[in-house]
Amino acid sequence: MSSHPDSRADSRADSTAESQAAAAPRTGTRWLWFHKLSSPPYAFRTSGKLRPWFLWPALILMAIGLYGGLVLAPADYQQKDAFRIIYVHVPAGILSLQVYIVMAIAAAVGLIWRIKLGHALAAAIAPIGAWLTVLCLATGSIYGKPMWGTWWEWEPRLTSELIMLFLYLGYMALRNSFDDVQRADRAADVLAIVGVVNVPIVKYSVEWWTSLHQGPTFSKLDAPSMAASMAWPWVLMMLAFMLYCAAVTCDRLRTEILKRERNASWLGEQLKELKP
Amino acid sequence: MQTSLLQLTGLVMERDLRLAIRHLDQVIQPLVFFVIIVTLFPLAISPVMEELRKIAPGVVWVAAMLSSLIALESLFRADVEDGTMEQWVLSGQPLSLLLFSKAVTHWMLAGLPLVITAPIVGTLVGIPLSVAPTLVAVLAIGTGSLSILGAIGAALTVSLRRGSALLALLVLPLEIPVLIFGARVVDLAIHGEPVTGPLNLLIAMLLLFLSLGPLAMAAAMKISVES
Repeated sequence: MSSHPDSRADSRADSTAESQAAAAPRTGTRWLWFHKLSSPPYAFRTSGKLRPWFLWPALILMAIGLYGGLVLAPADYQQKDAFRIIYVHVPAGILSLQVYIVMAIAAAVGLIWRIKLGHALAAAIAPIGAWLTVLCLATGSIYGKPMWGTWWEWEPRLTSELIMLFLYLGYMALRNSFDDVQRADRAADVLAIVGVVNVPIVKYSVEWWTSLHQGPTFSKLDAPSMAASMAWPWVLMMLAFMLYCAAVTCDRLRTEILKRERNASWLGEQLKELKP
Repeated sequence: MQTSLLQLTGLVMERDLRLAIRHLDQVIQPLVFFVIIVTLFPLAISPVMEELRKIAPGVVWVAAMLSSLIALESLFRADVEDGTMEQWVLSGQPLSLLLFSKAVTHWMLAGLPLVITAPIVGTLVGIPLSVAPTLVAVLAIGTGSLSILGAIGAALTVSLRRGSALLALLVLPLEIPVLIFGARVVDLAIHGEPVTGPLNLLIAMLLLFLSLGPLAMAAAMKISVES
């Protein structure tokens, strides 16, 4: 493995990140937080501190939202109890797209400004997005069985979600095919950016395609006509999903930084602090 | 003497075309592949022309996508392996233009033969000859987009030893819009309806890929070549 030159590059980059942070006040303090945040030790500590603030509210909101959605909310007039799966399905679907956008932004930051944390974040967040996509597809087809009488319907949202999954899988496969982490990072970054340009095209072409090939879709998943008693648990679940994703991202980002900085000197000191 | 950009494009394309003529089998293989895939469908589904005609647009487009993919794998490989690409990156000439010229040559070698033979191959699956002009036009536009998207994927995976399956995984999802609109145009033409809507969208996509694709190719190739 090429750990030796890596570690040298890492320690060099650490010192530049810190000297950048030190030099920033002279050029203006506006970007100080940015330079600080982009240094791995700072990000490692910060994400460790933030994690419980994301995780516990997420779990509490999820408990309230699930109770509200599964017990308190009245059964739907037409769909009966089957509609309740939207409390998981829709947040997962919305977030799977948002995670891709966050991933592409992190990739662009990593590629353009050569900020290592951008690469680490993009690498950390991709499996989360892929898993949300799987969750959305699985709950979608569980919903489809009683509602449409079939596990799979070529419905625009399910179809574009499936393509989204392929994009995530391609991204992760490309990242895993390189032995050298730095090249894997940059190649995967290019793919994420190409993908994000293409996602709207895919989405609209799929919608156009299905609207031409079949009658009106049965899906009534978006919430404009939802009663307040049904809507509030949904809002809570959406928040809970976002916070939970943030918490898992913190965890995965820390792991990713540990993996990448395993030879850096700051990490030894950090570990000494953790283990008295 | 300064080489102009147009001359540069001409030189790259001339070299690639000459190489292709000397290994003509590499040009013919994707074409044979295209014909074979189209042949498989009647054998797998039904010899009844009415049934085949329903799926014919999809069959032709899927076959075109796959055979474009077959030719992509070798697009940059030889140049990267013998160091030519490294010299290109170092040459100070715009890499995006050099790679774009190669993508255009790829289209001429892998796309154009399909476009020309498509009316004949189409008759195998029941596409009437009256549709031939539309079929040729839509395949020419669509395979152009396929060549550019494919070249981005090929540039990303060229340094990997087992790149071909990965290339398909990366490129095919991105090519789905081309498939949807391309097949739609052929389908509308078979039923004698106007095709301008999806055709214009295909042209718009081609223009988008033409303008942004070369930049992505160059960025990807720089990553693949440096080590």
